[in-house]
Amino acid sequence: MQNIEYAIEFKNLNKTFKGHTVLENLNFNIARGKITTILGFSGAGKSTLIKHTLGLLTPTSGDVVVMGQNLNDLDPFQMREFRQKFGMLFQYAALFDSFTNFENIAFPLREFSPMSESQIEEKVLSLVEACGLTPESVHKLPSEISGGMRKRVGLARALALTPEILLYDEPTTGLDPITTKMVNDLIRDTAINNKERQLTSVIISHDVDATLKISDYVAFLDKGRIVEHLPVAEFRQSTNPLVRRFLEL
Amino acid sequence: MVTKSSNKITEIVEWFGAEVLDNLSGLGAFMRFVGQVFYWMVKPPFRTKLLFEQLYFIGNKSLFIVGLTASFSGAVMAYQTYLGFKVISADSFIGPIVAISLAKELAPVLSGLIVAGRCGAAIAAQIGTMKVTEQVDALEVMGVDSIQYLAVPRVVAATLALPLLAAVFLLVGNIGSWLIGTKVLQIDEVMYFSKVSSFMYVQDIMEGLIKAFFFGFLISVIACYHGFKVSGGAEGVGRGTNMAVVWGMVICLIFDFFLTSFLVQVL
Repeated sequence: MQNIEYAIEFKNLNKTFKGHTVLENLNFNIARGKITTILGFSGAGKSTLIKHTLGLLTPTSGDVVVMGQNLNDLDPFQMREFRQKFGMLFQYAALFDSFTNFENIAFPLREFSPMSESQIEEKVLSLVEACGLTPESVHKLPSEISGGMRKRVGLARALALTPEILLYDEPTTGLDPITTKMVNDLIRDTAINNKERQLTSVIISHDVDATLKISDYVAFLDKGRIVEHLPVAEFRQSTNPLVRRFLEL
Repeated sequence: MVTKSSNKITEIVEWFGAEVLDNLSGLGAFMRFVGQVFYWMVKPPFRTKLLFEQLYFIGNKSLFIVGLTASFSGAVMAYQTYLGFKVISADSFIGPIVAISLAKELAPVLSGLIVAGRCGAAIAAQIGTMKVTEQVDALEVMGVDSIQYLAVPRVVAATLALPLLAAVFLLVGNIGSWLIGTKVLQIDEVMYFSKVSSFMYVQDIMEGLIKAFFFGFLISVIACYHGFKVSGGAEGVGRGTNMAVVWGMVICLIFDFFLTSFLVQVL
């Protein structure tokens, strides 16, 4: 295993769309093996930042270094392969609605692993168990299960290729308090279960309460700049007026 | 007064310029998309399972509606031709006239319009819905190219299926024409077939099938493009689907003219 301190490094990152600056001279590192949450108001640039991390957007200037690899040095084919280091849980899980939950979880394995069908089935069932899904729910369609269960299927799919970095896009937005707690526990448990292999979790959120309960580090993004990036305990005590405003909302 | 009118002219020129630029950039984006479809068409992995699924959906599932349309189109063509040609005692020419019309124009164009309406709409709606529910993003994040996974099988399937559907249209349309011509309008059956074999050539059929091949490509690539362009939820999906059908049909009819002009020279 490589000895890398930071899973993701943003170096002088700038992004402009048609003259409009979305990310401005961003310098910020995400610690490996930890849960880091990026908080910010809507339109602060959180999604743009995530897309740069995944190489779905190229910087106007600056660098994004993931697990020691500068993404600017990768051609599109290498980039596609490199993306297998990531798993992502989307806001609404983004499951393929024409596939069963089993097929959704098996999809990355069928696409990228040399596993046989029986090995894939074994792996899917182990992921199902790890994510707290019932075996009977895996043969249903995503539309036939609850929002919370869909998140579990989404997480199982994200974990299928044993990623080094797990990205969560607004994991608790729009969920009821019980499901929110369930998703938070799931994020925490996934991080704990994969601690040995130093799984890095990055959460994009504006759900302060949920974030502070499960994160190791919290960064606050405003108008394309990181205005605060601290361990969670220190973040709670931050004197930054923007952060205070956000925390006291 | 002068300032007011010159302001109005400036506004019109600005509006016109913006529209031209907007359309040009839209055309550029479309051409780039077509380039990407061609690029991914020849790159492995080749997704044969997805291709056969789409062939089934676009080809097999369209057979009934194509057959139904073809039978009545052939029948009505025969009837109208009979009414017109009876005046000059040329009603025995119903067979070749309908057969050639079907082969060169009606079979490819009407099959194209049916596929644009039935499959173009479905393709745009499927991809559009996947776009707004982040399923397309999920593919990309997993390292699967969404154009290769979603667009290529649909475009290849439509390009292969449409000539076959046009051939079915031609066959069923001719059966409709034959039934009306010989059984209802009492044209001699031997005369009917001898005129068809005298006046109709393989080139006529080839012309129609080649056109259908291009229509299949255009309809599906336009539908995929509008599907991928969808944004803004259900309303966006509706708008994308509408654009896919309208532009699919319009481009088919426009290209029909140019393809005809070209094919009559080379065939």
